[in-house]
Amino acid sequence: MKARYLIPLAIFIAMLVFLGVGLKLDPREVPSPLIDKPAPAFRLQTLDTPPRVLSSAEMRGQVWLLNVWASWCSGCREEHPVLVELSKTRAVPIYGLDYKDQPDDARRLLNGLGNPYVASVSDLDGRTGIEFGVYGVPETFVIDKAGIIRHKQTGPITPEIWRDTILPLVKKLNAA
Amino acid sequence: MQLASELRCLVCQNQTIADSNADLAVDLRNEIREKIESGMSDAEIKDFMVARYGDFVLYRPPLKNTTLFLWVGPFLLLAVGGGILYVALKQRRQRVAEPELSHDEQALAESLLQTDQTKETT
Repeated sequence: MKARYLIPLAIFIAMLVFLGVGLKLDPREVPSPLIDKPAPAFRLQTLDTPPRVLSSAEMRGQVWLLNVWASWCSGCREEHPVLVELSKTRAVPIYGLDYKDQPDDARRLLNGLGNPYVASVSDLDGRTGIEFGVYGVPETFVIDKAGIIRHKQTGPITPEIWRDTILPLVKKLNAA
Repeated sequence: MQLASELRCLVCQNQTIADSNADLAVDLRNEIREKIESGMSDAEIKDFMVARYGDFVLYRPPLKNTTLFLWVGPFLLLAVGGGILYVALKQRRQRVAEPELSHDEQALAESLLQTDQTKETT
């Protein structure tokens, strides 16, 4: 057989490989340029009653998660029980950024479904969300002792993601 | 808001921030408007957006190592296609050009033609 008859087959296989790789990629997953950059600073009111002002500087010296959530977000409700379970393991403190939400709605959700957060701050106008490059809640940032963002999880945390990605990273950062 | 039409909405990813009605796009439009009012240049505002959302927000991605193929790819394909076309045309021209008949072949052809003609006339 002449080699030229193999050309269409070769093109077909190349296309197959490209399409196969394409299937595995998630075009909605936007790589965050904030990885390995200092987390944007914020000073916001918490959802506590009465509210107090929480500054991101207070988290210095510990590894912590910033979970961006809202009571209107269905993915967050899906994620919520996972977070509640995780908070019981005390592996890492979880702080919440309640993104463009009514504080009353948010408080109601936490009262009803449990509160996994050490504290949740209220980002009423979404400005802090923009600073963090938030484009779809829920999003979770792993922030190290020096306040550097080390990982961003877009979409709900599942037990698998926690076990395979976030927990090992938290352990590593805590040991550093 | 020329600038807003060069920035991608992160929520509905095939729309610009100017076109999209998603909540985030509205917020980002407001953010851009305030920044323009405070006297920031277009380049500074783009840097602000890229620092938070990455090159992905730009509808015209910058020429970098990671985007080199994106920019050069079409021209590369054109060059490869042109090359294939050139070679194919060249080969065809060689095939079309008939080889000269040798002396014996010429004689044979003529005699065949003549016998044909004589048959027809008789």
